[in-house]
Amino acid sequence: MELKNLLKIITLVKTKFALYRPLIKSLQTGLLLVTGLTGYMSARCPVMTLYTFLGLSGSLFLAISGSTVLNMVLDRDIDARMARTASRPLPAGKISVKEALFLGLTLSLAGLIWSFSLSFLYGIVVFAGLFIDVVVYTIWLKRKTAWSIVWGGVSGGMPILAGRVLGLGELDIIGGLLSLSILLWIPTHILTFSMHYSDDYARAGIPTFASTYGHKNTRLIIALSSLGVAFSIALGLFFLGLSWGYLRLLAVLTVGMFGLVLISVFRPSESINFGLFKYASLYMLSSMFMVVLGVF
Amino acid sequence: MKKISAMDRILLLLTGLIAAYQVVAGMSGCCAVVIIYFTIAFGILLITGLLLIIFGFEILDNSIVVVVAALLPLSLSSGLIARYLPDVHIVYLVFAVMGLLLILVTRYYVGGKIATISLAVVHGVAGMVIFILPISLSIKGVSTPLFSLVGIGGALIGVGGLLLAFLKSGKPILSKDLIYSILPGLLLVMTIAFVVGMAAEQ
Repeated sequence: MELKNLLKIITLVKTKFALYRPLIKSLQTGLLLVTGLTGYMSARCPVMTLYTFLGLSGSLFLAISGSTVLNMVLDRDIDARMARTASRPLPAGKISVKEALFLGLTLSLAGLIWSFSLSFLYGIVVFAGLFIDVVVYTIWLKRKTAWSIVWGGVSGGMPILAGRVLGLGELDIIGGLLSLSILLWIPTHILTFSMHYSDDYARAGIPTFASTYGHKNTRLIIALSSLGVAFSIALGLFFLGLSWGYLRLLAVLTVGMFGLVLISVFRPSESINFGLFKYASLYMLSSMFMVVLGVF
Repeated sequence: MKKISAMDRILLLLTGLIAAYQVVAGMSGCCAVVIIYFTIAFGILLITGLLLIIFGFEILDNSIVVVVAALLPLSLSSGLIARYLPDVHIVYLVFAVMGLLLILVTRYYVGGKIATISLAVVHGVAGMVIFILPISLSIKGVSTPLFSLVGIGGALIGVGGLLLAFLKSGKPILSKDLIYSILPGLLLVMTIAFVVGMAAEQ
C-alpha cells in the first residue's frame, strides 16, 4: 500500500515537473543564471564559499524562474495568439491560471527571502530585477511601446549585477559595465528575434521596433547596440584585469559579430538575421566564460 | 548541397575551442606584430568554425570565402616569417598585402584564368612557407622536433585552401559534397597540428 502511494507521488511529481518546466523557460533562465554566477565569480576569492555559491545559485534560480512564470501568466493571452507560443502550458490549457500564479508567486517569494537572507544589498538588486521585469516591463510597458525592451534589458542585466554585489559586498563600476553589456545585448537578441517572428508579434498586437520603425532602422539599432555590447564588455574585462590573451579573444569574437552586423545592415536576409541572433547568444556566453576563466 | 551534421558541428566546435585557446595563449617571447599575425590566423579559424556551425555549408557559397581562405595562410606565414626570418619580414609583408589585393581585384573585376592563377600562386607561396619553414627549423635543430607539426598543418591548410579556392573558381578538384564532408575534420586536424606545434615551441 505504501509502495503504491509512493509510486503515485512519484508519478504526480513527474507530471507536474513536465508541466512546470516549460513555464520557467529553462534555456533563458539557465543563461541568466550563468550571468549571475559569472558576476559572483568575477569578484574572486576570498568571498567565494560553497555556502554562498549555492545560496546565489538557488536564490537566483528561484527568483528568475518565478518572474518567468509570472510573465507567462500575464502574457497568456498574447501567447495564445502567436503560433510560436500557442502550445505553451497556459494558452494550451494544460495548467490552470490559478496554479501557475501560485507557482510563480511561491518561487518569486522564496527567491527573494533567500536573497535577503544572504545579503540585504543583494536582495535589493534581485528584487529590483524581479520588479522591473514583471511590473515595469510586462505589466506596464510591453503592450504600449516598442521601447519596453530597454526595461527588459535592465532586468536582464540584474542577475550579473546581483552576483557581483554578493561577491563584493558593494556596487562598483565593473558590475555596472557587465550589467550594461547584458542590457545592450538584450536588444540585439530580442530585436533579431522579433524580426524573425514579426508576423507573430503583429498578430498578437505587440509593438516592436520592426513594426514601429521599420526593419532597416531596427537593423541599425542592432548594429549600434552590438557596438555598445562590445565596448562595455571590453571595458569590464579590462578593468577586471584580464590578460591580453582574453582581450584578444574578445576582439576576435567582436570582429565576427561586427561582420555579421554589417552584412545584416547592408545585405539583409532572413538567414543572416537569425544567424546574428544565434551568434549574439554565443558571444555573450563566451564573454561570461572568459570572465570566469580570466579571473582564476 | 550537403547538410551539416551533428558530427560536423562537434568537430567545428572543437576546432573553434582549440583556436580560441591559441588566441588566448599567444606565443611567449614574440613581439606584438607576430602575435597580431597569429591572432588573425587563429581568429579566422575560430570565426569560420562558429559561422559554419550557425549557417551550415551554405555560407561557403559567399564570394568572400576565397579572400578569407587566402588571408588565413597569408597571416600565418607572415607570423612565421616575422618570427624566424625577420630580415625578410617587410618583403614578405609586401608580397602578402599585394597578393591579397591581387586576389580581390582578379576575383571581382577580372575573373577567368588570371584569377585562378593569382590564387594558386599566392596560396602556393604562403602554403610552402608554412610547410617548409617549421620543418627545416626542426631539422636544423633551431626548433623542437614537434614544431614540424606546424608544417604538417601548413600542408593541410594548403590542401583545404586550394580545394575551396578551386571550388569557388568553378573548377573543383573534388566534388562539392566530398569537400564539405572532409572540411570539418581537416580544419580540426590542421588546428591541432598548429597548436601542438606552437605549444612545443613555447
